[in-house]
Amino acid sequence: MIPEPFEYHSPQSLEEALRLVTEFGEEGKMMAGGHSLLPMMKLRLASPRHVIDLGRLSELRYIRESDGWIEIGALTTHFQIESSSLLREKCPLLPETAREIGDAQVRNLGTLGGSLAHADPAADWPAAILALDAEIRANSAGGERWIAAQDFFVGLMTTALAPGEILTAVRLPPLPRRAGDTYLKLRQPASGFAVVGVGVRLALNEAAHIERVAIGVTGIGPKAYRAAAVERELLGKPPTARRLAEAAARAADGVQTNSDLFASAEYRKHLASVYVRRALELALERANP
Amino acid sequence: MSSKLLGERIKRKEDPRLIQGRSHYVDDIQLCGMLYLAFVRSPHAHAEIKAIHSEAAQKMPGVLAVYTGADLEGRLGLIPCAAGMEGLKVPPHPCLALRRVRYVGEPVAVVVASGRYQAVDAAAQVEVDYEPLPAITDLDKAVSSDSPVIHESLGDNIAFVAKLEGGDWKAVESDASLKVIRQRLVNQRLAPLSMETRGVVASYSPGEDTLTVWSSTQIPHLLKTQLAVMTGMDEARVRVIAPEVGGAFGSKLNVYAEEGVACFVSRQFGKPVKWIESRRENLMATIHGRDQIDDLEIYFRPDGKVMGLKCHILANLGAYHQLLTPAIPTLTALMILGCYNIPAVFVETKGVFTNTMSTDAYRGAGRPEATYIIERVMDMVARELNLDPVEVRLKNFPPPGKDIVLATGVSYDTANYQKTLKKVLTLSGYKKLRREQARLRKKGKYLGIGLSTYVEICAMGPSSRMPAGGWESGTVRVEPTGKVTVLSGTSPHGQGEETSFAQIVAEELGVPYDDVTVYHGDTNQVPMGIGTFGSRTTAVGGTAIYHAAQRIKKKMARLAAVKLGAKPSELVFRDGKIETEDGSKSVKFGEVVGEAYFAKQLPPGLAPGLVENYVFEPPNYTYPFGAHVAVVEIDNETGEVNLRNYFAVDDCGRILNPMLVDGQIHGGLAQGIGQALWEEHVYDENGQLLTGTLMDCAAPRAHQFCWFETANTETRTPVNPLGVKGVGEAGTIGSTPAIVNAVMDALRPLGVRHIDMPLKPEKIWQVLRGGSPQVV
Amino acid sequence: MKIRVKINGVTREDDVEPRLLLVHYLRELAGLTGTHIGCETSICGACTVLMNGAAVKSCTVLAVQADGSEITTIEGLSGRNGQLHPLQQGFWEEHGLQCGYCTPGMILAAHQLLSRNPHPSRAEIRKALEGNLCRCTGYQHIVKAVEWAAEKVRAQAEHA
Repeated sequence: MIPEPFEYHSPQSLEEALRLVTEFGEEGKMMAGGHSLLPMMKLRLASPRHVIDLGRLSELRYIRESDGWIEIGALTTHFQIESSSLLREKCPLLPETAREIGDAQVRNLGTLGGSLAHADPAADWPAAILALDAEIRANSAGGERWIAAQDFFVGLMTTALAPGEILTAVRLPPLPRRAGDTYLKLRQPASGFAVVGVGVRLALNEAAHIERVAIGVTGIGPKAYRAAAVERELLGKPPTARRLAEAAARAADGVQTNSDLFASAEYRKHLASVYVRRALELALERANP
Repeated sequence: MSSKLLGERIKRKEDPRLIQGRSHYVDDIQLCGMLYLAFVRSPHAHAEIKAIHSEAAQKMPGVLAVYTGADLEGRLGLIPCAAGMEGLKVPPHPCLALRRVRYVGEPVAVVVASGRYQAVDAAAQVEVDYEPLPAITDLDKAVSSDSPVIHESLGDNIAFVAKLEGGDWKAVESDASLKVIRQRLVNQRLAPLSMETRGVVASYSPGEDTLTVWSSTQIPHLLKTQLAVMTGMDEARVRVIAPEVGGAFGSKLNVYAEEGVACFVSRQFGKPVKWIESRRENLMATIHGRDQIDDLEIYFRPDGKVMGLKCHILANLGAYHQLLTPAIPTLTALMILGCYNIPAVFVETKGVFTNTMSTDAYRGAGRPEATYIIERVMDMVARELNLDPVEVRLKNFPPPGKDIVLATGVSYDTANYQKTLKKVLTLSGYKKLRREQARLRKKGKYLGIGLSTYVEICAMGPSSRMPAGGWESGTVRVEPTGKVTVLSGTSPHGQGEETSFAQIVAEELGVPYDDVTVYHGDTNQVPMGIGTFGSRTTAVGGTAIYHAAQRIKKKMARLAAVKLGAKPSELVFRDGKIETEDGSKSVKFGEVVGEAYFAKQLPPGLAPGLVENYVFEPPNYTYPFGAHVAVVEIDNETGEVNLRNYFAVDDCGRILNPMLVDGQIHGGLAQGIGQALWEEHVYDENGQLLTGTLMDCAAPRAHQFCWFETANTETRTPVNPLGVKGVGEAGTIGSTPAIVNAVMDALRPLGVRHIDMPLKPEKIWQVLRGGSPQVV
Repeated sequence: MKIRVKINGVTREDDVEPRLLLVHYLRELAGLTGTHIGCETSICGACTVLMNGAAVKSCTVLAVQADGSEITTIEGLSGRNGQLHPLQQGFWEEHGLQCGYCTPGMILAAHQLLSRNPHPSRAEIRKALEGNLCRCTGYQHIVKAVEWAAEKVRAQAEHA
């Protein structure tokens, strides 16, 4: 399959990219690694007149730490995250998630920012970003703003990014003391996307009660979401096995659940609760070394 | 070089060019002035074609022509079906649809352009007006009397009804002591999914009036004949070449619309034409495999002896017949008793048209369905009687030996089913596994142990029983320099016969392995041939070559005998010499070759040169067999299946190269396990393909498999002098039921008899939570 | 659009349509047909090449994206005197291929693995090859081929 013809633009700076994005509006499509956009274009499900390739903006390819916060440039590839020793130490959930994306070749080119902006309902990053209470930076001609992960995913393949905005970075708050996190996933055997993917970060207080818990779930509904009902059940409570299981049963509460050839809505709901419980158990184990 | 070659692990001759990317598949062939084709395909499963608007496409840059079915009518022949069964209904099958489309992906028009991208762009601009008709994809509905009819001229959707009956059914049905199980098994549709899609380059040369066709095919010679008939050309002017072929698994054992159209267009323009199938097209419009519903009645004694098996088969043929479409399910009936001596059998097979792509040969082709049925039968009987599946099998095996004739009328060659079973039980530590299972069950964990003791029908086959000849041709030519050229009418595409055929010839002639070169796939080079399918290449094609080598030896021995003053019958070929057994009289191989070509002192009646052709007609099929054990663990919350161990003991007769045999078994296992656990090719009720890309159509990956523990027994067949039975399909045939039996064994405490494939986690979860959606 | 790409050590300059896929560029303009096309949805990995040392699926990369990069295809893997790369040798020794169609992509994906992890376990090899489909071998001999090559590369490193 072959894409329809388009004009190609390769801005050399963020400023230039923002100008092009504004200029082409609806007719332009941004491309980072190309691993979300190009398959759609080859199947002719997307046929933009202008492709704005952000791939050369090396200024957006970094992982750095300041004041305990970690900031990752939007063009950082899945593999760079997977192999980052900084992240392995400070935020293992991210490399763990990266490892589960696609395959080795896809991880070499696919980017964090590209995946988040595409907002595929079965992508892995959204669950991780939600679990980490991350913030997402959007730049536009008018300046920049930070969007909380919770507010970023609006609906099926739609985000809070406004026309003319470019996703440029993601930042993560520091890992609390006595915290543990993990990402667990059941892969759809053909595509490798998540039938269910669960990111969990959990922190205990001095009494070993759950002080903080954030659960991001992907693959289940039209967009990734925080399993708020589960979190509410757990906050401030001692994490007994029974409590985790009971809370996890509410993993898909209120979610309009996907159904496809591999898993019905009902089964997906069940998988969400099993994977949320298992992720909670693992995160707890890591918080209690 | 010592001539002990047969039975040795010898590296492949094919590999150096392949591992360096220096070989040529169809898409690698580039000719001057080449034109490209893109097909416009039906988005509807069933519709009337009202009008085709190609004006816009015709005006696109680089476009030379757009043809529709009407343009081809009377100018290009129909797609052939070779299955000649009594009473078979054969609907006309034009290369481009005429008036009506009957499956999603059916070619409706073709664009000819000077560039690949231009052809694709223009095809997107061809507009077709359709009037949709009701689509039928469900087999039960398709055979009901009120179903819409797919080919109106045929009256209904039933292409054929075939019956196979044997044994004393009165005795079985009147025996009140027998127990009966009734069960429906669904054998799902699959995509063959060779890594290389189909492709064709057709090059017509107007000056010479010759047509050369490179096609990714398993049957270059049969294709040549058919393309000559379709185009109306003199067959002597048509040449087909199967270049490097990137896998096929039966899907390229066919004559396809696109091959015919490419030849037609090339003749129109007098230029080479290329078409390469996209993966989406491959999933829509290359034949599919399996798709059968089998309704069983099993009659058995309380001690586990099965006395009768009835089966009503509904076989989904798709919308049209491809080359062997209707013949495939008849193999299911033939092999339905497997390796068990069951005294009474009744099989009724209905071939049914639906609004789907044609089914046809996919690795195993009708036999995996049979093996699945009978191996599930053995396990269902064991479960019903609370017996070990091993015990039930032993109870029903015929005694080891020759000439086993079953109620189906099939007579098997040599067999020793007890031996492979015993070996796999030892290899797998079966008793220990059963103890582990019992321990885990007490803890609420599900470990399953599945057995399959299969027999398959291979080395196809005696011409009297094959649709289009079952012989094979082999040529051995010793060149004047002493190097040896071998030509085979088979067309291997990954199986490695360039290696095993060279082993046969080098060993027979006593020449170095490196001196032998094997060619196949070019109809101008190889005098005649049938092709590669039905696990026949070595057993039939290799035997032809073996015999051709014998003829060469006979002639060379006569020449050498004159030189040595010995009798030809006293001479042996070894280490580059022809000599007496004790080595006292000896002449160099090359010297005798010189005699043959310089022809100075040939004995009377002996023609110069050293070329011999042999056409081998197999007196029977062969029947390889084996015993497999699969071990699975089931996640008791999600239903996910983890394949923990796999043990396979296969008997494919004599082994010529153990490395190649292992490779064939491994690949076969992967496809058979794939069917059991993950693979399915699915249409919805409107005939839309739900698994139209590899994003939805699951092909197994490396991490999904455990380590395969394989072993062999070697029971030579008397059907050919090599003693070879065939191994290309064994792994696929044996493994599918082993996996399903293992999963059902794991779930045994839950009281479920059967779940249909693929055993996706959700189906198992439904059982785990106490549901019984598929229990009868 | 003008692009400049160094392929197997040789620099080329071409004027290409923006939509030209890297795999078509390599096969049809550079004439390197050892890279194959298997699925077009970046699932099968038959089109895998190394771009600046990293394995990528060239059916999901535009030729213009590769402007300025270095590409290695299967044709560029053998040594200067035609000597086989240990991975090529390993696939031959261990029967890691049958039809050969997935092989170039498989070898280049394995190449990346060994450059990142010289001592891979069998599970790590399978994981590293999850982006490459093979329909012929059942993968086991491919795993053995990569083990063979890893051993050989280690031995060569010790020798050097």
